[in-house]
Amino acid sequence: MNTGFDVERIRKDFPILSRGLPGGRPLVYLDSGNSAQKPTSVIETMREHLSSHYANVGRAMHTLGAESTEAYEAARDKVAAFIGAPSRDEIVFTKNASEALNLVAYAFGNPMSEDPRFRIGPGDEIVISEMEHHSNIVPWQLLARRTGVTLRWFSVTDDGRLDLSDLDELVTERTKIVSIVHQSNVLGTVNPVAEVLARARRVGALMMLDASQSVPHKPVDVAALGVDFLAFTGHKAAGPSGIGVLWGRGELLEAMPPFLGGGEMIEAVWMDRSTYAPAPHKFEAGTPPIVEAVGLGAAVDYLSGIGMDAIARHEREITGHALDALGEVPGLRVIGPENLDDRGGTVSFTLEGIHPHDVGQILDDAFGVAVRVGHHCARPLHLRFGIPATTRASFYLYTTPAEIDALVRGLHHVRKVFA
Amino acid sequence: MIAESMYQELILEHYKHPQGRGLREPYDAEVHHVNPTCGDEITMRVKLGDGGKVEDMSYDGQGCSISQAAASVLYELTAGSTVEETLAVVEEFTRLMQGRGKVEADEEVLGDAVAFAGVARFPARVKCALLAWMAYKDAVVRSAR
Ligand SMILES: Cc1ncc(COP(=O)(O)O)c(C=O)c1O
Repeated sequence: MNTGFDVERIRKDFPILSRGLPGGRPLVYLDSGNSAQKPTSVIETMREHLSSHYANVGRAMHTLGAESTEAYEAARDKVAAFIGAPSRDEIVFTKNASEALNLVAYAFGNPMSEDPRFRIGPGDEIVISEMEHHSNIVPWQLLARRTGVTLRWFSVTDDGRLDLSDLDELVTERTKIVSIVHQSNVLGTVNPVAEVLARARRVGALMMLDASQSVPHKPVDVAALGVDFLAFTGHKAAGPSGIGVLWGRGELLEAMPPFLGGGEMIEAVWMDRSTYAPAPHKFEAGTPPIVEAVGLGAAVDYLSGIGMDAIARHEREITGHALDALGEVPGLRVIGPENLDDRGGTVSFTLEGIHPHDVGQILDDAFGVAVRVGHHCARPLHLRFGIPATTRASFYLYTTPAEIDALVRGLHHVRKVFA
Repeated sequence: MIAESMYQELILEHYKHPQGRGLREPYDAEVHHVNPTCGDEITMRVKLGDGGKVEDMSYDGQGCSISQAAASVLYELTAGSTVEETLAVVEEFTRLMQGRGKVEADEEVLGDAVAFAGVARFPARVKCALLAWMAYKDAVVRSAR
């Protein structure tokens, strides 16, 4: 294994990182938690597919159709291997993590669901947490509206951890599924999956992980995690937008009804009924995002080539440096864990007396530092902390200590403007 | 240093020392406006007097410097003016903000509010500048009923 993690060499793989901004500002991209940049190998693989192999998949009986299908299905193999899926048929391509989460939510309370695990109604409960992204809140709220099931929430502690003190009261025989984020997109917190899962298993509940912010950044093995479903999104993992992944246990995917109907998800269609293709195709109605899937395959190849352990180590160093350096900025309060235990490379904070929009605007316009400001699609979490918005810096394999220093210099300047 | 031209001294001054802030009695109408994309919000009350005079405009809210300063500048404008006069300024301010930076500001009409001209070049921030002004328009309409 290569031990020397050479971030400068890695940066050369990402063409966008060497562009400048108007006014001669260098680009300091600290918004990878929002969407990550793409390495040349992903860009070129997609280009190559479009220019030399493109045709529809699954249904075209010609050479290009075969090549395109082979590339699309090879991407499924790559993703399966990347997250340790026991079978390639457990990888469902969706358009993003949001669709993957909705797909699972729609299996519950669906009159077509015969399996008791997906039967749901008043008196039953779904458990999520206060630190969820809206994508892991709203699908369950919609399910609650449709079926009368009760939505219950894990609290978050003051230091940004999942509050497990009422785990046994929250996850009970009434719980049908627990769906929580693996790593928070605001706090950076990595949640204790094993503890929650043990309780879910004891009461016979299913468990889903929103791994949008973990799969891109560290080794994730679904078999080792032991959960039932896991969702992530390609564009945060150095892949293109328009492609996401649902992993689900094979026997559960078999038991679930289709989500969207259309071409490719069927076995046979009559005028009065249809039968459905086995998973994963049952859930992939219509022409899928072909080139995007191929691009995601290239992205996981790229990440594996660098090594997910090495990436996680690098991000840990960067995060340690960021927490130290940000701690020196007067009036700055980190929202989330202030140490490196079970936390990833996302740091959200407030600056006393200065609104995040002003922080973000000045960082961008004066220093070329791109951060995200607002509630980051996690409004309940911000309400929990009594703040309307935060500024968020999020890191990836290409982030350098110098970029953290640029952020900190920028923040000192912001404070001067508003002093 | 593009944005800093947006953060005019006058805007920062109003942000640090907001004029007329705090909700007061009596009032004819109260409105609450929010900007869902950034969570900025404002509660505004308007009290109208004889001859179309604005007797008081009071407000409270939270948000970025642009939204808060815009409310403060608006307060100064309404003090001692008539509804008709102020709505003409609201009109011109809206035109300036929605002009994508290509509209020449009429300083005669706008007074201090001309300091926001630079904001018009930042589509994401235009709503911040307009929040209080739209709330005011709404409150005046409701007061007159
Ligand atoms: C934790 C988390 N879940 C879900 C999502 C949704 O991803 P997408 O918008 O690609 O569906 C995101 C990213 O925005 C996220 O950070």
